[in-house]
Amino acid sequence: MAINFDAALGIHDDALALRARRAEVLANNIANADTPNYKARDLDFAAVLAGQTGEYELPITQTESAHQNEFLEPDMAADLLFRTPHQPSVDGNTVELQEEMARYSENAIRYQASFEFLNSKFKGLTTAIKGE
Amino acid sequence: MSLSNVFNIAGSAMTAQTVRLNTTASNLANAESVSSSEGETYRARKPVFSVKSIEPEQLPEEYRSLVPGQGVQVDEVVESDAPLRMSYEPNHPMADENGYVWYPNVNVVEEMADMISASRSFQINADIMNTAKQMLQRTLTLGQ
Repeated sequence: MAINFDAALGIHDDALALRARRAEVLANNIANADTPNYKARDLDFAAVLAGQTGEYELPITQTESAHQNEFLEPDMAADLLFRTPHQPSVDGNTVELQEEMARYSENAIRYQASFEFLNSKFKGLTTAIKGE
Repeated sequence: MSLSNVFNIAGSAMTAQTVRLNTTASNLANAESVSSSEGETYRARKPVFSVKSIEPEQLPEEYRSLVPGQGVQVDEVVESDAPLRMSYEPNHPMADENGYVWYPNVNVVEEMADMISASRSFQINADIMNTAKQMLQRTLTLGQ
């Protein structure tokens, strides 16, 4: 029996990839903290992850036979959202540096958590293969 | 890969902040550079930042809205059009025939604030890069 990596690793490889992407988005916000008219972006982590694991489906009612069933893709949820600033700034920039820093650090910690989960999955597989 | 992009993003921000710090240094150094005509007088220089983005044609249609900017770039360095300071100093060697000299429109207080802001932003981006480095190094130990 072959090992099914998708089943063996569970959600953690997707989560790790998503955390890496979010780090990129947040780093870009911080890099553009002094850019006029820049609008801060972020990912809705739960929505994107749910879209990737197939638990999140928008209900579509088919009232005509010509209606497309597979019209809304889960990838749509992966769209980047715009942040609502607490306080508007004169130059139209919506980056709040302290908050972005906090989010970036939190994201890095959660990346490590996902990494630990993934690592232990691999360790489990190795132990199973060796049969020790 | 996303995490290695963080290096480019933070790197571009550090470059941009260095340019900003450079203009500030130039402005402060020339804050008292007098001249005898309006045209020759030094004017405060300011960098203009904008978001650096990937060329849209390089990306497939469905990913265009997904990709965030790829850091920051310096579009241009503009000269301030604030009024110059004219001063009546007939004994000054640079004074014109009416006894006036022209001082640059550099606002020293503003420049100092700009300098602190630029150096803080630089530090923060260096931290971001460091964190990304730790995350990547950790990833390399996967399965060990």
